[in-house]
Amino acid sequence: MNTKTILEILVKMHQKIEEEKDFLTELDNAIADGDHGINMAKGFAVVESKLSQLQEQSIGAVLKTVGMTLVSAVGGSAGPLYGTAFMKAGMVMADKSIMDMNDFLACMKAAVDGVMMRGRSVQGEKTMLDAMIPALNAMEKANSEDLPAKAVVEAGVKAARNGVEYTKTIPATKGRASYIGERSIGHQDPGATSFTYLLDVVAKAL
Amino acid sequence: MVGIVIVSHSKKLAEGVLDATKIMADGCPIAVAGGADDGSYGTSYEKICNAVDTVYSEDGVIVLVDMGSAVMTTEMVIEDMGYNNVFLLDCPLAEGAIAASLSSFCGDDLETVKQQALSAKTEAKW
Repeated sequence: MNTKTILEILVKMHQKIEEEKDFLTELDNAIADGDHGINMAKGFAVVESKLSQLQEQSIGAVLKTVGMTLVSAVGGSAGPLYGTAFMKAGMVMADKSIMDMNDFLACMKAAVDGVMMRGRSVQGEKTMLDAMIPALNAMEKANSEDLPAKAVVEAGVKAARNGVEYTKTIPATKGRASYIGERSIGHQDPGATSFTYLLDVVAKAL
Repeated sequence: MVGIVIVSHSKKLAEGVLDATKIMADGCPIAVAGGADDGSYGTSYEKICNAVDTVYSEDGVIVLVDMGSAVMTTEMVIEDMGYNNVFLLDCPLAEGAIAASLSSFCGDDLETVKQQALSAKTEAKW
């Protein structure tokens, strides 16, 4: 992947979030403050408006800009969390203008670590990490088996979807949903869901 | 005087806390960052930066927040601004702001103002 591919993926991410905006908001309404879909769509709309200025930039610079944009444009927890994820990935890529699967996995690892640090969270708390961590593990395994790039990311999407299903079975112990605790069981986590959409966009682009 | 920043998802809540501090400490440097950029429910990186800048002095600043993204966004602002005398404190928003503003207004140093704000976490109401 080069900068052009990354920019195309970001446009598709915005489209996907826009398509699923109402569903994400509905999920968030059930257990928290109901702003996830709206906020993500708002953030990615601002991201898309900046892409035309980034065509000549390194992948690291693009990802950092995306992260900073999400932090300032989102307004809910998805801002600092996805913002940190993209910025950490940007630091991994630095001035590189080509991304291979090892780079992608290093970015994902940095993103997971960044979200854990920023959210002071671990797996099993009904958050986006419940999709991100299994996805990362599955992709690392698939990559070690020398599968082609698309198959590697598809393995990640499958694991992320299972992670979303898993979030239905556990109570929220982090974030606003933790206020309803046990009553959040049965509902899938909006952040885990939106992450799965974003990763699926990457898989389809490969 | 030590500056105080109030960060809340709700513009009205932030302004209400500010009003409450003015009863006893009108004159203490306090700034609010209430709501998202467009004033809707949420937090704003830019508003928090501006609020810190407004009340910043060598005496330092404490930032009190409601929850969730207010915590995380404030942490990012503090890291990015690079001050070593701006602190995010984990305490009740209204009680902490009232205790801290009075302490700051009375001329206490940063450490004392911090302790006053944090005491709101354990202080019993009766």
